Amino acid sequence: MNDMTQPELMHGHHGPARGITRWIYTTNHKDIGTLYLWFSFAMFLIGGCMALVIRSELFQPGLQLVQPEFFNQMTTMHGLIMVFGAVMPAFVGLANWMIPLMVGAPDMALPRMNNLSFWILPFAFAMLLSTLLMEGGGPNFGWTFYAPLSTTYAPPSVTFFIFSVHMMGISSIMGAINVIATILNMRAPGMTMMKMPLFVWTWLITAFLLIAVMPVLAGVITMMLMDIHFGTSFFDAGGGGDPVLFQHLFWFFGHPEVYIMILPAFGIISHIVPTFSRKRLFGYASMVYATASIALLSFVVWAHHMFTVGLPLAGELFFMYSTMLIAVPTGVKVFNWISTMFRGAISFETPMLFAIGFIVLFTIGGFSGLMLAISPADFQYHDTYFVVAHFHYVLVPGAVFSIIAGAYYWLPKWTGHMYDERLGQWHFWLSMVGVNLTFFPMHFIGLAGMPRRIPDYALQFADFNMIASIGGFLFGFSQLLFLYIVIKCVKGGQKAEDKPWEGAEGLEWQVASPAPYHTFAQPPRID
Amino acid sequence: MKDQNPHKTTVSKLVLATLGMFLFGFLLVPLYDVFCDITGLNGKVSNTAYVEKEGFTIDPNRKVTVQFLTNTNANMNWLFEAEARSIQVHPGELTRVSFSVVNPSLKRMTAQAVPSVSPSEGAEYLLKTQCFCFEQQELNPGASQQMTLLFRVDPQLPDHISTLTLAYTLFDISSTRPVSSIAERPGTYSGFPAATDSLFTSQSLLISHAQTLRLAGGY
Amino acid sequence: MDKLRDSGSGPRAQGLILTTLFASSALVASTAKADWELNMPVGVTEISQSVYSLHMIIFWICVVIAVIVFGVMFWSIFHHRKSKGVKPASFHESTTVEIIWTVIPLLILVGMAVPATATLRQMYDTSDAEVDIQITGYQWKWRYQYLNEEIDFFSNLTTPKEQIENQAEKTDTYLLEVDNPLVLPVGKKVRFLLTSNDVIHSWWIPDFAVKKDAIPGFINEAWTKIDKPGTYRGQCAELCGKDHGFMPIVVVAMNDDDYAAWVAQQQTAKQAKAASAEKEWTLAELMTKGEQVYNTACAACHQANGMGIPGAFPALKGSPMATQDKAGHINIVLNGKAGTAMAAYGSQFDAVDLAAVITYERNAWGNDTGEIVTPQDIKQIQGQ
Repeated sequence: MNDMTQPELMHGHHGPARGITRWIYTTNHKDIGTLYLWFSFAMFLIGGCMALVIRSELFQPGLQLVQPEFFNQMTTMHGLIMVFGAVMPAFVGLANWMIPLMVGAPDMALPRMNNLSFWILPFAFAMLLSTLLMEGGGPNFGWTFYAPLSTTYAPPSVTFFIFSVHMMGISSIMGAINVIATILNMRAPGMTMMKMPLFVWTWLITAFLLIAVMPVLAGVITMMLMDIHFGTSFFDAGGGGDPVLFQHLFWFFGHPEVYIMILPAFGIISHIVPTFSRKRLFGYASMVYATASIALLSFVVWAHHMFTVGLPLAGELFFMYSTMLIAVPTGVKVFNWISTMFRGAISFETPMLFAIGFIVLFTIGGFSGLMLAISPADFQYHDTYFVVAHFHYVLVPGAVFSIIAGAYYWLPKWTGHMYDERLGQWHFWLSMVGVNLTFFPMHFIGLAGMPRRIPDYALQFADFNMIASIGGFLFGFSQLLFLYIVIKCVKGGQKAEDKPWEGAEGLEWQVASPAPYHTFAQPPRID
Repeated sequence: MKDQNPHKTTVSKLVLATLGMFLFGFLLVPLYDVFCDITGLNGKVSNTAYVEKEGFTIDPNRKVTVQFLTNTNANMNWLFEAEARSIQVHPGELTRVSFSVVNPSLKRMTAQAVPSVSPSEGAEYLLKTQCFCFEQQELNPGASQQMTLLFRVDPQLPDHISTLTLAYTLFDISSTRPVSSIAERPGTYSGFPAATDSLFTSQSLLISHAQTLRLAGGY
Repeated sequence: MDKLRDSGSGPRAQGLILTTLFASSALVASTAKADWELNMPVGVTEISQSVYSLHMIIFWICVVIAVIVFGVMFWSIFHHRKSKGVKPASFHESTTVEIIWTVIPLLILVGMAVPATATLRQMYDTSDAEVDIQITGYQWKWRYQYLNEEIDFFSNLTTPKEQIENQAEKTDTYLLEVDNPLVLPVGKKVRFLLTSNDVIHSWWIPDFAVKKDAIPGFINEAWTKIDKPGTYRGQCAELCGKDHGFMPIVVVAMNDDDYAAWVAQQQTAKQAKAASAEKEWTLAELMTKGEQVYNTACAACHQANGMGIPGAFPALKGSPMATQDKAGHINIVLNGKAGTAMAAYGSQFDAVDLAAVITYERNAWGNDTGEIVTPQDIKQIQGQ
């Protein structure tokens, strides 16, 4: 296949507009991808600052920095911002940048909607953050906002919280529709479904999950809104409702949401591991089937978040078994990655380091997930720091590491420059140590009995909390190094080749580096 | 973008799917109630009267303890008590228990009692033919009233359940429900005529099947 | 690619960081006062022991799998490095292998599910309990009602504010101490009936492996049978608002004789309390009593200095309600305020406590009305 990427040869196309209007009115998938990625990084830093407020308060027993009511707002906002503001938009940004390049499409299917779905987000998060300044404070009921704490007992700002989550939901749904339409309709001739790159596959499945569950979340918060303002009683026992219903509805959204945040990560890792092992991905088809079965299973496991609410025995057993089943396809994925590395010729550039970090630490998160699935044991783990350790292991060295790995992997394509490899390695090792120092001790304090979401704790938890706080600051500040590396790479650096990685495969490496403003005006042919 | 048509079809399907899932979210609410009814999830019990069927055989050899818990929710200040903490019944036997409430506040209030049964597995075997929890109660300041529960334990109750706990929580719903004008009928929370109250003394908590049928004919 | 691989800084950076890490954790360890707890408690009930062994079985299974999986991975990392000049193999699929690593984990899972199911069944068997206790969660305290003994009390955190605010040395039971612990007999099956007065709470004692949500309007069941006398501590496990971290649970398990004596003593105390409602109270007595009650029940929201939290909880100091409108003041304390966090304390406290706390609020922090509200006043209003 030939390079067909010189923009000046493309008749009828033009480069980006100049100034701020380029970004406001842009319908270019690369511009929008960039916007999403920067936005999510900004949110990552804001949410990270909140995490540091939390870790500072927990550095020692006693109340030092903040009062409990503000602490609760911090835990809530940290969760909401990291889930909806950092991880999800980052994946949408990567999808915007890479899916058209990977399937050989000139742009996303619905460019104007693409613009809208991004530009909703800054407003949604501005509204969400503004609640912190309102009378009574921002949302303080945890990112899971269980009723009636989030309805009858909520601060007045809850209405703004609901509207902002609605906006985030609309943005995600539009993003998902766009991804599906692009993948289904705009693949280059010859690219059959089973030839699609895995990042595309995982995103396709993720997008269907989004379409399936974001509307349910919208429904739940609409019910909350009606309970708060219009006198209905969906979640109020006094009016015939049921607070447990809230949890069922929330987790019907919430569990697939967890996989929304990890499936694209699987895709990214499935690109990076073969590239740096210089060997094709082992078991492509089984990777696709495993992803699909994880997605399907995610709809029948939601109540494992609710083992202590008093489910009937049969319910506990059903959700315990179904949850344990998820370990099988997840295991298949890990085994496939390792088989890919096995007898490869591995090199350890930053993306690969983050990918290896991902595989090891995500697997640890998977093990603790398996332990949590065992319902009788979950009675001890539930709502403790063990759970906090578990989901941070799958989300930070899981989702976040994969995003960082993806960023390093594709930065040469995006900017046309190589990032500073030496600093990249530093970034990896600092993050790796920081992450483990922060979250590994949380397993211990959780098992020893420390509940989550508390601003102050008994003395026997003090030592590990102190270590976790030190680790948190190390991890947090290491990310500033990432910011520096990215800026340095955007501004200049060693010129990147079209295919800067020896073992890389895929259409995205057939366009120039940096990727021209318009690519694949003529679809490439895949044989 | 030469060909917009495939996008249009895809997008309209996806938008429909989105709307469908939004509605499905709301549909889950009644589905959940059905699910609870079937499984007794959460100890939820049916909030409509059990329609008596003929042919309950009272099992004189088995005794089941039924406990009554009376709670009030946050802002609810009524004094709420059952006449007995717990009673023993034979499965199948129709039983009447009386609960008393007092409104000690300075305003007229409306209350809703919310029942919950434990173990939840037993919820579907507690058959309430009449319950104050099917209606709302309104009381003037300082007023009190007796409220009736008529129930039987289904003889099908699994053998390993020997105790059923029925908890009522009173919620203040005055603010969500405008105070109506039935002030002239204090104490009439249900169709049960006040005169028949004398038929039941606290010693005769248990009344026979036949008696109830007779009483039932009265209203 | 090779130009990118001049990255000797990787291992060097790692070494440096690891040294710092060990140095800092050694520092932390040397200053440690409390014991290092690393694992789930074995506990003092049959259930907690089976849960513990389940936990350990699963943990070791995970460790074994981890050793194998990571072993293969690190072996590849060391032996199949490009820098060693290896040539990559070209295999990339094998249905047989995929089937093997689908089936083996499935079998392991079935092996795990069997003991888990047995333990769960046992946990759900609440029949034939000898003691029934209703546990009600309140923002932010617990209420225990012994259904057969007519004992009914609240359990509040007793850790002084000075310790929480770092003005006094923290004791060993910091944040895990209450005024009235739940007292239970050893060797008897105790059934807990859990519900909540406001939001969802969760009652948890790690040593019993009992954790169950307390849900407003609904009732949940759990049970335990304690093997050993002792004091067992836990905390609320479900976020329930501001003072979620400050509503501990303490259980004192006693042998039969001590338990019977405790029950008898509670009955006597109850009568004494009833009698005290009849006596004449002075302003000073009511103020002393009222301050105690205020600090356990009111200070969490309205604050010890009566200033409240602007925007969330109103100030009492200088408020028209607490300085002028006496009837309104009594009414709101007894009956609460609908749609707010102000609960109806008329059903939580006896006449003495209510009278004392209202008197206190009307005279503390310079409110100085000089007015006394007596237990008799309260009883009259409550119509008793």
